[in-house]
Amino acid sequence: MPEPEVSEVRLGYIRAYAPQLALSILDVPPRDEGVAGASVAISDNNTTGRFLGQKFSLDVVEVKPDSDVLAVFDVMVGKGISTILADLSAVQLLALADTAQAEGIIVFNVGATDDRLREEDCRANVFHTAPTRSMLADGLAQYLIWKQWRRWALVYGSHERDRLFADALRRAAERFGAEIVAEKEFTDTGTARRTDSGVVQIQRQMPVFTQGLAEHDVLLVADESEVFGTYVPFRTWQPRPVAGTAGLMPSAWHPASEQWGGTQIQNRFLKATGRRMLSKDMSAWTAARIIGEAATRTRSADPAEIAAFIRSDDFSIAAFKGQKLTFRRWNWQLRQPIFIGDGRSVVSTSPQEGFLHQFSELDTLGIDRPETKCVLK
Amino acid sequence: MQKRPTSVAIMFATMLFGGLLGTQPAEAFMAYVSNEKDNTVTVVDTATGAVVKTLPVGQRPRGITISHDGRFIYLCASDDDTIEVIDTETLQIVDTLPSGPDPELFVLSPDGKTLYVANEDDNLVTVIDIESRDVLAEIPVGVEPEGMGISPDGKTMVNTSETTNMAHFIDTDSHEITHNVLVDARPRFAEFKPDGSEVWVSAEIGGTVSVIDNASREVKQKITFEIAGLRSEAIQPVGVRITADGKKAYVALGPANRVAVVDTATYKVEKYVLVGQRVWQLAFTPDQKTIISTNGVSNDITFIDVASDEPVQSVTVGAMPWGVVVSPK
Repeated sequence: MPEPEVSEVRLGYIRAYAPQLALSILDVPPRDEGVAGASVAISDNNTTGRFLGQKFSLDVVEVKPDSDVLAVFDVMVGKGISTILADLSAVQLLALADTAQAEGIIVFNVGATDDRLREEDCRANVFHTAPTRSMLADGLAQYLIWKQWRRWALVYGSHERDRLFADALRRAAERFGAEIVAEKEFTDTGTARRTDSGVVQIQRQMPVFTQGLAEHDVLLVADESEVFGTYVPFRTWQPRPVAGTAGLMPSAWHPASEQWGGTQIQNRFLKATGRRMLSKDMSAWTAARIIGEAATRTRSADPAEIAAFIRSDDFSIAAFKGQKLTFRRWNWQLRQPIFIGDGRSVVSTSPQEGFLHQFSELDTLGIDRPETKCVLK
Repeated sequence: MQKRPTSVAIMFATMLFGGLLGTQPAEAFMAYVSNEKDNTVTVVDTATGAVVKTLPVGQRPRGITISHDGRFIYLCASDDDTIEVIDTETLQIVDTLPSGPDPELFVLSPDGKTLYVANEDDNLVTVIDIESRDVLAEIPVGVEPEGMGISPDGKTMVNTSETTNMAHFIDTDSHEITHNVLVDARPRFAEFKPDGSEVWVSAEIGGTVSVIDNASREVKQKITFEIAGLRSEAIQPVGVRITADGKKAYVALGPANRVAVVDTATYKVEKYVLVGQRVWQLAFTPDQKTIISTNGVSNDITFIDVASDEPVQSVTVGAMPWGVVVSPK
């Protein structure tokens, strides 16, 4: 076959990065979390691109979590980048989105789970491949209801994101018919996350912290900040299963998922990176694949044509989750099943059987169209 | 809505079928079913539906085919990165072939001399000379190669790549790709019409079958499926088989638990046959009177009568049956 003429699609990746601690060293995020997923997708896109004369590239820039992103954005625009994958805080993402809007650039949110980015702060040029806190909480809640574990006790951290996830769990309880019988905040007093003799103290602290919670079936933990959550399982006052940000956890991807062809992406990712694939890697892989898929289908490297195709009714993407994934047209959130798993294996995937919806069962997860506060602009 | 045939219905259908057979005796063939989960192959007598034997094989057996003389079965033992050769007379594994890593599906050339294997992990199609066991070529294709079809004249091989979403047409002389045809998401299977005029490619996530014209190498028709009461996402076409007279096509619809029967002249779905859960692959008996489906989640296979398109009998096999092939004798 004659070699087709090559056109290039340039993707940018802006990432807020600072070294992060975790209660368990096993949970310290890998240095290339997210970026690695995008890189594997770029390589997949290039394999396909070979047949169509399309080449894909990725420019990665890191910024500090609270810093300005607009200078970086200008550099990317200068390089001819037309699509940006963003792993940023909500504040940074909104600043980026509004500037990108003026330049006709689309942004993929691969990291932020904040519901407000899809609701009151939604933007017409931001597509979300990361699930929201409410989607994650609803996915977990459906499984707990399926198990008939309806009485929940909730312990949550004192930082904003912990409270947001606790809110999502409270909302899920109300939606799916669970009852939160007790709540308690774990206040972060700024202690070191790990000390040599820490385990001794934790073994005594956690039972006391969870003592006195009303009789419950399952103990929910909301600790995105990694202050106490990991310490809860097996140390509770009552012998109860733990779920939320510790124990049984909802996620966009599970490093042990082999269902629906998952073995193939797992093998490919491991070979390319030397580690297992995490949720943020999958959200970034999906975003970069969406661009690849749109370029393939339109046979075009033109950013406007690619964006128009992604916004069209025809658009869907396969991402090893057993069904095609589509965007919610009212806020550009990617519909997706949620994995429910512990540290070792996938326990289930939601939506659970029997949670019905008139349009898509995936819309039983998260804030649905009739409730949305999003007005796209 | 159709219901899964109850045992009474099956009994009745068997009696009916048996009655038909009384006037026209069925030949006995052996069906070989690869059971992905429990690392076995189940041997089933197609005349009686009896399980004749269960063979232990390599890990994660999936793609399965048979030599044209019926003597040897070739089996992809995916997790062992090999193709096992089973002697159908002794039912022993007598040899292995160098498959490359993670073989899932393959196709045998019409002359029976060459095996074309999809290596999912390496984006390659490996061409193996069965006699010499030499790897004749490794052809780079799209991401996650899977479906493998070969034209009746043996000159063209079609591979589908599940993440690239293309059917790659490969010249079997030069081992070069000549055409890349874009189809819907996660293409799983490629089947030539017996006259070589068309290639039917199923797309699991896309939910369609693309009919590609073999002369122009363009999609001439896209077949969609609709089943009352089922979400469109649950309709996931995988295995495709076309009758020897080229008139009817059977499409396994995965978690829709049905096999669609398609008129190849009109491309219209004539019927949805309810079989078992998560139906993956299909195979005809050599007399073309029966087509067998593998139903992964319900651990059984279903015999469908080709004349009436009725499910006649289901037989429990091993865990997660994946592929099926029927001996030509």
